[in-house]
Amino acid sequence: MEEISNLMHGFAVALTWKNLLFMFVGILLGVLIGVLPGLGGANGVAILLPLTFTMPPTSAIIMLSCIYWGALFGGAITSILFNIPGEPWSVATTFDGYPMAQKGHAGEALTAAFTSSFVGALVAVVLITFLAPLVAKFALKFGPPEYFAIQLLTFCSFIGMGREPPLKTLAAMMLGFALAAVGLDTVTGTLRMTFGTTHLLQGFDFLVAVIGLFGLGEILITMEEGLSFKGKSAKIDPKIVLRTWAKLPKYWVTSLRSCAIGCWMGITPGGATPASFMSYGMARRFSKTGEKFGDGEIEGVVAPETAAHAAGTSALLPMLTLGIPGSPTAAVLLGGLLIWGLQPGPLLFVEQKEFVWGLIASMYLGNIVGLLIVLTTVPWWAAILRIPFSIIAPVIVVICAIGAYTVHNNMFDVVMMLVFGVVGYLFKKLKYPLAPLVLALVLGDMAETAFRQSMLLSNGSMTIFFSNWLVGSIVTLALVILCYPLFTWFTGRLREKERRATEAR
Amino acid sequence: MGEQLFRRAVVAAGVAAGLAVASFPALAAWEPTKPVEFVVPAGTGGGADQMARFVQGVVAKHNLMKQPLIVVNKSGGAGAEGFLEVKNAKGDPHKIIITLSNLFTTPLATGVPFNWKDLTPVAMLALDEFVLWVNSESAYKTAGDYINAVKAGNAGQFKMAGTGSKQEDQIITVALEKVVGKKLTYIPFKGGGDVAVQLVGKHVDSTVNNPIEAVAHWRSGALRPLCVFDGKPMPYPAKVTATQSWQDIPTCKSAGVDVEYTMLRGIFMPPGVSQEQVDFYIDLFKKVRALPEWTKYTEDAAFNTTFMTGKEYVDWVTKAEATHKALMQEAGFLAK
Amino acid sequence: MATKNEVPAGAIRTRAVELAVALAIVAIGLVVVYDSHRVGVEWAEDGPRSGYFPNIIGWILTAAGGWIAGETLYRWKALGGAVFVKRDELKPVLLMLLPTIVYVGLVWLIGIYVASALYIGAFMRLQGRYGWLPALAVALGVPSAIFALFELWFLVPLPKGPIERMLGF
Repeated sequence: MEEISNLMHGFAVALTWKNLLFMFVGILLGVLIGVLPGLGGANGVAILLPLTFTMPPTSAIIMLSCIYWGALFGGAITSILFNIPGEPWSVATTFDGYPMAQKGHAGEALTAAFTSSFVGALVAVVLITFLAPLVAKFALKFGPPEYFAIQLLTFCSFIGMGREPPLKTLAAMMLGFALAAVGLDTVTGTLRMTFGTTHLLQGFDFLVAVIGLFGLGEILITMEEGLSFKGKSAKIDPKIVLRTWAKLPKYWVTSLRSCAIGCWMGITPGGATPASFMSYGMARRFSKTGEKFGDGEIEGVVAPETAAHAAGTSALLPMLTLGIPGSPTAAVLLGGLLIWGLQPGPLLFVEQKEFVWGLIASMYLGNIVGLLIVLTTVPWWAAILRIPFSIIAPVIVVICAIGAYTVHNNMFDVVMMLVFGVVGYLFKKLKYPLAPLVLALVLGDMAETAFRQSMLLSNGSMTIFFSNWLVGSIVTLALVILCYPLFTWFTGRLREKERRATEAR
Repeated sequence: MGEQLFRRAVVAAGVAAGLAVASFPALAAWEPTKPVEFVVPAGTGGGADQMARFVQGVVAKHNLMKQPLIVVNKSGGAGAEGFLEVKNAKGDPHKIIITLSNLFTTPLATGVPFNWKDLTPVAMLALDEFVLWVNSESAYKTAGDYINAVKAGNAGQFKMAGTGSKQEDQIITVALEKVVGKKLTYIPFKGGGDVAVQLVGKHVDSTVNNPIEAVAHWRSGALRPLCVFDGKPMPYPAKVTATQSWQDIPTCKSAGVDVEYTMLRGIFMPPGVSQEQVDFYIDLFKKVRALPEWTKYTEDAAFNTTFMTGKEYVDWVTKAEATHKALMQEAGFLAK
Repeated sequence: MATKNEVPAGAIRTRAVELAVALAIVAIGLVVVYDSHRVGVEWAEDGPRSGYFPNIIGWILTAAGGWIAGETLYRWKALGGAVFVKRDELKPVLLMLLPTIVYVGLVWLIGIYVASALYIGAFMRLQGRYGWLPALAVALGVPSAIFALFELWFLVPLPKGPIERMLGF
């Protein structure tokens, strides 16, 4: 196995004391970046990029990629503790992570999130190690129709939740799509729904909406219920990590499925955020306790975190082999490669063996180091909930405001965050679901662009979505998944009829 | 080759040192008193962003400025957000902006109220070239082959991928259509990297990627350059692939396609700043350009490294704006 | 039957909020439809125009909002008993919301650091009933930490006002 010897060589490159130190620093910085909403992994990597020019490229990329891992880990923390997703891909983690924290299980939720992240990343790194050339070729098969099919699949696997009134679900989703359409239309270059104001030029950012809807909205609801966080009295026990670990093997099917979804979405490249939604949706559908999702099921934390981390990791592969970044953070890393004089592309694996395998080895090491660091901090993070509400609430609002501002360095976004906060409060109280809204906001623009690019390619014919086995099977799968609840309902009815018939006899 | 590079580096370092000494009086005159925001009117990872971050990096590395340079992306509305921000920061000498063609195309196509005349021109750093690429598995070996195939095909049969809509790539496509006399199907994507990969994956027939966006795929043998949209071939004789260098790519004009287009990578400041302040930045970029890192960077990206300041620069921009207006008017891209 | 529709004094009924939100959704839907027509809603030969999807979305929004509004009005009497928020619950919500609105306005005027210090300090003093010392410590400590983190370390410029400018930033 050539890969194994290459990898061993990579470990030799990565495993120096200096590189381990860079890893450690990178992870810590990354966690910090992940915790602060708005200061995303992309920002962090971009900002620190210039500082790393004086290092050798291998050390620099190790540190930068560790910032990336750290940010992936850190995004879950505020999602679970305060319902504020530090990163877009941890939105789905709030659905069950935050209810868990409210019930006093913050430590368990954090442990489950970190551990699943680790598992997801590990599987993706193994995939990169052994299947890189194959996977890169596969990614080339993705043109606009395939992209659209992937987005359709994400959507179909997530919708159909049920608990909220269907009409309100529809309204929330359409509101998300409408918000996603604001700004410049990529396909024709015309401005939509900006009404002559320059503030709306950039459209509504997903993160700004989410910080407002989830974070600020939750604070308003908490205020209404009395000046305190629920679950603050939970005992913080260092053994919580071991106890949670004992529970996790039970969810191996979910974990495996989420890894597969994550790797698939990272490579295609659908991205970590859709991956986390898709994985959550699938887990809810296939879980025995699916109807309890949203009330604080540990499985509902495992699924999105595993997928997000697997996607985030495997997204580095198209970046290295094709030069297309699978995420904004990867885009900045890509810029870094170019500045160091390394050319990402098919030849990188041939010409820069030491660099590539050093990086891959550091993915293994960085994740292990990262897991150890974040797990040791679990009790401290959980302890934040014990800070009195009247201290932490204004601090959270300040951090939300900074988060909203830094997304585009725009004051208008802070105002929008406030508006979204009120909307979040109203919607939550009136039982409008927020999840379809944010999913539509994140997918709407991409899906529409891919759809219209496909239409340009096919001269306006829908048959393009069944023009080859790949796009055809994804679209079919999406439609099957969409109809699956109908099918189970129908068979359920049939069985009921049969049962009644036999009883009557 | 290695020796030549080394010599070049030494010369460049010498020039840098000389410049640093020569420009000392100018430095004493005015210098930034707080961090300077370097606005990028495009998203992270694109060509302008890369250049800005490269400049940020080398300025920090060689300590060319006492205050840090901070890259800020303001990409909303095809860059309009960034331009408006600089336009509205009247008299603020701690803000500079790097431009791409959207300096002209965005106000013309969207009607957002700004014009380069609202800004203070500082310097042209480089011009980015455009190359016509096809998949190397296609039968087209020269620009002539491809053009003949397009002429012989049906309208809209050949698909061209490009970055953005009503921007540089589509302008070139429209110009190409006019020469060939056949319509191409233009499909816009968000970034240049995506565009190149679409061509590698054979989802489209050709692209007009900038050299740096497609070079990796050229070297791996997946893409083939046909011609460059410039008056003369690119001046880089070093071999990029086993057999070809940038210099070996013929001009499109020589293949009978008289289309020339280069993209400005220039620096502007807010309106109402003093000449002294402009001079500081001109000087700063002169120093950056003298660095060996810059030489390597421009060679990798095959930039046309024309440097202009003052009236020469203003004249160039004025002319470029007129050209864009004419091209976009013909293409029907102007905002209604 | 008569008691069913009685709500505590000062409480806001759910039906009123429900109706207002539904009408707002209708309004947004109509705005979306209006703007879509400006950029073209038809399906041209090479695929849909810019406004094709927004137009459909706008109409669905309008219909969904209209339906919810209609349903609320239809069951207006029956819905009378549901309370959206009681007065003693609304008070803390407003005590959070109004200062936050003021805070966002202040960020615009005097920059994020001073505004944050005022906001945190005032909140701790008035809501948490903390003494001056802890209130001052947190109110000054948090913005200083943020300043160090963002401006100095990560070099992310945040909105600044006259006071920071006086100090040379």
